Amino acid sequence: MSDIAFVRTEILPQKAPPVAATGFIGWARENLFSGWFNSILTVLSLAVIFSVLSSILPWVFSPTWNGTSLANCREILTAAGSVGEHGTTGACWGVIRERWLQLMFGFYPSELYWRPILTFVMLFVALGPILFTDFVPSKLIWFSGLFPFIAAWLLWGGSIWNPLVALAGFAIGFGVFRYASTALGALAAIILAALVPILWWVFLAGPVASGLSSVIPLELETVQSRNFGGFMLSITIGVTAIICSLPLGIILALGRQSDLLIVKSLCVGFIEFIRGVPLITLLFVASTLLNIFMPPGTNFDIILRVLIMVTLFAAAYMAEVIRGGLAALPKGQYEGADSLGLDYWQAQRLVIMPQALKISIPGIVSTFIGVFKDTTLVSIIALLDPLGLSNAIRADANWNGIVWELYGFIALLFFVFCFSMSRYSMYLERKLTTDHH
Amino acid sequence: MKKSVFLGALTVAGLAAGAAAAGTLDDVKARGKLNCGVTTGLVGFAAPDANGTWDGFDVGICRAVAAAVLGDPTAVEFVPTTGKTRFTALASGEIDVLARNTTWTFSRDVDLKFDFVGVNYYDGQGFMVPKALGVSSAKDLDGATVCIQTGTTTELNLADFFRSNNISYEPVPIETNAEAQQQYLAGACDVYTTDASGLAATRATFEDPAAHIVLPEIISKEPLGPLVRHGDNEWGDVVRWALNALIAAEELGITSANIAELSAGTNNPEINRILGTEGTLGEMLGLSPDWAKNAIMAGGNYGELFEKNIGASTPIGLSRGLNAQWTDGGLLYTPPFR
Repeated sequence: MSDIAFVRTEILPQKAPPVAATGFIGWARENLFSGWFNSILTVLSLAVIFSVLSSILPWVFSPTWNGTSLANCREILTAAGSVGEHGTTGACWGVIRERWLQLMFGFYPSELYWRPILTFVMLFVALGPILFTDFVPSKLIWFSGLFPFIAAWLLWGGSIWNPLVALAGFAIGFGVFRYASTALGALAAIILAALVPILWWVFLAGPVASGLSSVIPLELETVQSRNFGGFMLSITIGVTAIICSLPLGIILALGRQSDLLIVKSLCVGFIEFIRGVPLITLLFVASTLLNIFMPPGTNFDIILRVLIMVTLFAAAYMAEVIRGGLAALPKGQYEGADSLGLDYWQAQRLVIMPQALKISIPGIVSTFIGVFKDTTLVSIIALLDPLGLSNAIRADANWNGIVWELYGFIALLFFVFCFSMSRYSMYLERKLTTDHH
Repeated sequence: MKKSVFLGALTVAGLAAGAAAAGTLDDVKARGKLNCGVTTGLVGFAAPDANGTWDGFDVGICRAVAAAVLGDPTAVEFVPTTGKTRFTALASGEIDVLARNTTWTFSRDVDLKFDFVGVNYYDGQGFMVPKALGVSSAKDLDGATVCIQTGTTTELNLADFFRSNNISYEPVPIETNAEAQQQYLAGACDVYTTDASGLAATRATFEDPAAHIVLPEIISKEPLGPLVRHGDNEWGDVVRWALNALIAAEELGITSANIAELSAGTNNPEINRILGTEGTLGEMLGLSPDWAKNAIMAGGNYGELFEKNIGASTPIGLSRGLNAQWTDGGLLYTPPFR
């Protein structure tokens, strides 16, 4: 009837793709060996990676975890037969086993380690509502606000009334602002709201706190700043500087763009001065010059001095990063906000800053990472951060001569922190993306 | 009017500050703790152990002073200082005494307004070379590459030595001792020069210390000692005589082992005066009669401190050399206790 000899009536099942196009082989063909040039490059790279790893890995996997001194490590290595032409080859990890707690906490009393650990855990709870708004109930933001005071109390100890009285300063400032803005107008309210809490902190906070603690003594054992050290010190300085520098930076950036002459020149002067001097100079000012200016016997905590200097330093850089974000916004955004009848702060809060900050995220996070790594500079003014401690550990006759193990361990921990910050910023950028695809 | 009030307030503040700074001894007693400046870490001289307890030869001086003043060798707050912060820390009153292997020089004593109360270690700059180099005297080092810490007096001493001997060298600048060790072992320089005690400590960390020798030449004088602020002579006397007590104790054979027995009274009047069973030396210093006994019991006499921290039985293995008693041909010579 028909001259069609064969008609397929059902669809054939799909065949698996050829072996050479799928799986690892396919991936390798596509990505590593897609031409003679790329193949040569791949082989060369593999050879380099192999030669690097083959010299590093045997050094890293060295059976010296229980070594008690450098000499003891060498005995262990000799017994294990890892001896090269220049003597034993292998890391001496005993130093990390013996000193890792010291590298973490410095000289913080070991029975009180729970306090910095608890603070560290609470740091993430406090950061939750700020960093991960999608997953964390926003009511927790109250806890974030209280966290700095809880953290200071946990870390340094002392009477609970000190942080509470300091906190009261902010409440007083807010109350004054509320009252004065209706009675006296906005500008006077801002000035009063800044002035009254400062007067409170300087003159009244001390007596009030000591009075309250004599009535209701509620104390944690005090830990001197001198005992802070290791990563705990780096994180304390780094996190404080990071958290305080962002709002300060925003204010400075806005001030720099302001039309008010005094505000503008103050901000420009501050930013240019701080950016014009190296951080180490500021740290020397904090550690030595201030000592000479202040009357003998004044106890202005060295860590507090360093915190202030590092924060100011970071804020100046932050201001310029944010100014970059502000400059990238088209003028129409400002005009749009104005045409909606928003006042200056509303426009900043609702229209300008959300966009400017989003643009600045990579720069902001770079500054954060930079600040965190800059905390190692405090070893020069004799604070025992991880790098300072590595020197102190090497001064122990048992561990004198150990370099790479300590630096490697410190580098690893710094990498963990900085890499997480970097990954978070990428997540945030993806989340905030508003591009139309 | 306002100005004069302000100036008056300043004057009062200045007077108060002067009064507060006048009596370090009273300050220390009132505080119950001695603030002692030490290095951030130098093998044998000061280092924290795994529990954060400081130990070392300089630390021993701090503990002796604390024991003499407060009766408790653990009543010390150790303040780590770097080469850059040590003098301001002392001048500003942050620390009461600096025991940080600091060389006693004219300008530090006179210009910086400090008082060196004595010498606890006579050091000097030396050279270390690999044995394979076949050098037996520093004068054979013509054309050598030298690892040298920048910005220290060692750099200047080195230049002087080579110039006065009319030979040349090539400096390899390094920042820290740890870096120097790595560079020297890697062969980046033929010679490493620093204080002889530092050379010994560095050499002790090598896998094969016998393959390296310290040359006999010592090219500088480095008398290291504790120092206090200028102008507070009572406090200076306390620290000076605490150090002298340790040295005299070795000379007179007072050790931490026999001190209890000797303080019951001996036939040697000087021992009796030191240990407070005779005379009123402690009272003259404003301290308790057993001040020197406490100082010696803190870590032993000078010789015991030396042996425990840097002596021949330690990995550093320094010999007494110049730091022997004058009766053994060294330079330790304390004025009499009378």
